[in-house]
Amino acid sequence: MRERHGDCKMKKIYIQEEYCIGCRLCEIYCQVKHSKSKKIIKAFKEEMIDILPRVLVEEIGYNSFAIQCRHCSDAPCVEACISGAMQKNKNTGVVTCDEDKCVGCWSCIMVCPYGVIRRNLSGKKIASKCDLCIDEEIPVCVQNCPNEALKFMDKDAKEKNPVGTKTGRKNEK
Amino acid sequence: MALELKQSEFEIERDKNKCISCEVCVRQCSNDVHEYDSDQDTLYSDNSKCVGCRRCETLCPTGALKIRNREDQFKTNYNWTSSHLSNIYRQADSGGVLLTGMGSDRAHTVYWDHILFNAAQVTNPSIDPLREPMEIRTFIGRKPERLDFEINRNKDSKESLKDTNIKLKTKVPPQLDLSTPIMFSAMSYGSVSLNVCKSLAAAASEFGTYYNTGEGGLHKDLYGYAKNTIVQVASGRYGVDVDYLNKGAAVEIKIGQGAKPGIGGHLPGEKVTGDISNTRMIPEGTDAISPAPHHDIYSIEDLAQLIYALKEATNWLKPVGVKVSAVHNIAPIASGIVRAGADFVTIDGLRGGTGAAPQIIRDNVGIPIELAIASVDERLREEGIRYRSSIIAAGSIRSSADVIKAIALGADAVYIGTAALVAIGCHLCQKCYTGKCNWGIATQDPYLTKRLNPEIGTRKLLNLLRGWSLEIKEMLGGAGINAIESLKSNREHLRGINLNDRELAVLGIKHAGEAW
Repeated sequence: MRERHGDCKMKKIYIQEEYCIGCRLCEIYCQVKHSKSKKIIKAFKEEMIDILPRVLVEEIGYNSFAIQCRHCSDAPCVEACISGAMQKNKNTGVVTCDEDKCVGCWSCIMVCPYGVIRRNLSGKKIASKCDLCIDEEIPVCVQNCPNEALKFMDKDAKEKNPVGTKTGRKNEK
Repeated sequence: MALELKQSEFEIERDKNKCISCEVCVRQCSNDVHEYDSDQDTLYSDNSKCVGCRRCETLCPTGALKIRNREDQFKTNYNWTSSHLSNIYRQADSGGVLLTGMGSDRAHTVYWDHILFNAAQVTNPSIDPLREPMEIRTFIGRKPERLDFEINRNKDSKESLKDTNIKLKTKVPPQLDLSTPIMFSAMSYGSVSLNVCKSLAAAASEFGTYYNTGEGGLHKDLYGYAKNTIVQVASGRYGVDVDYLNKGAAVEIKIGQGAKPGIGGHLPGEKVTGDISNTRMIPEGTDAISPAPHHDIYSIEDLAQLIYALKEATNWLKPVGVKVSAVHNIAPIASGIVRAGADFVTIDGLRGGTGAAPQIIRDNVGIPIELAIASVDERLREEGIRYRSSIIAAGSIRSSADVIKAIALGADAVYIGTAALVAIGCHLCQKCYTGKCNWGIATQDPYLTKRLNPEIGTRKLLNLLRGWSLEIKEMLGGAGINAIESLKSNREHLRGINLNDRELAVLGIKHAGEAW
């Protein structure tokens, strides 16, 4: 279980789009994680109707990147939610949708500036979004990115340690 | 159109029970082997397009894919092997020279595998490198013939040493300081992607060793690693100017390459895009042709002129070396190179790698590096000029054992190229020349170059250097040696196995079982 932080120290998923290879393994493992059996072959062969990936790989030409909920500090989806299903956890900063409360009005989808909430129409209409795999040490999309294009870190760490091999960094002291 | 007679080399087995139609294989293959049929929700694979790089097999999340070599392409024949038949079919279709990449895959004798290293027992103690100091630091460059000291002794003092001021009078020529006797060999930006160059440069810089630019010039993103860069001057002189020469820690004149002795290079115009054209200092879209010879070098005297011109251009501050491929007369050639003033001689053996070479040259021209090092070291010692140059061995150094054997045969350090690429993902499919490297190494395609994250590449290369260095220390310690310098050309620590008398004589080693 991850350490719980306030919003400013909250660990988020950052993308280095220059190393995203567009394999979509993040989507696949996200689906497995949110399946009933959590077994990849069984999930895909038998349970797949219900499961949407909560991370999306966007592609234009050779540019691609995976995007999922940013867990905004002033999350507009939480403001817009008419049933109180969309909540931002005060301790962890994670925005989650309580599927029991969700009425499928899609207000959250309308206001999400990143377009990362999807409609799940398989059963009762619900909003499907990233829950930051709160029960995992590291979210599964980050764990399974073969090129480490996804990084899980807090904002401070990101600013202090820019990801990627910054050229000449070593000798420029 | 006439039927192509070449058979596919690989067979792709897809386990339908495991395949989840996630299409990772489709997205990862640059050769369009896999195809998804949405009507049938099935994936199809075309064996004939597969190059055996195993990218799909490695990334398949369920292990549904197996790429198998097709052993039964043709009826078994020990003379007319599958590779001969395939090559004839390919040439009957194309009428051209067959190209290939990486080092020779033919079953030439690998002498490393016929040499065994020694260990200490009873008569001299072995050393534990984890508890005792073990020196593998190596210096590359001309060593002084002798050392002169200035000794000012205070005559009044009774304690002779205490008041004695000793100064080194000899001026030591410029040296490369390696924390381990392993460097990354010349791979140009162009033949490999910039992310590969960045990984090599960052790893060399972090570990305290060197990488080589190859004949591709020095990209501005790599300027920060200049202290760990050996800049190459090859026959095309691409990217060479006085700033380039002075950026590097050393200069290497490339005469030949182990995979293609006597052959030049050719980077097709379509690969000479913006950044590469800038780095190579040639117009975009023009072919970068490296001639087979240097057109200003037709003798040792000409080579000497270039060596001294480069020393002059770099203010005599940097070692200048020469790289040649191991050919039949390598010993006198190396002797000439040393006499021409080279501070180090790089010898690249028969099995050395390449981004593109005619297959017939790669597999049939040159001699194995083991024999070349032994004969060059022997000759330079006989002539009393071994101290004037360091010897760097290259051409298929596959493990730390190969490194230690190379040093015991007489090399000062080794270059690793293929091993470094393997560390960052290369699977030796030998299709570098197509520019479609699925591992993002030998390609400039922006879809593919992204596949090598230099952060990961650097980490893996550092791990490799670290692992090999630790193993070298272990082997040295086991042999009771505490400094790699003591192993250099110390062939008493080597024994041959399954070698004939001539081979043992050339290698200058005894057969296993023979003692003093």
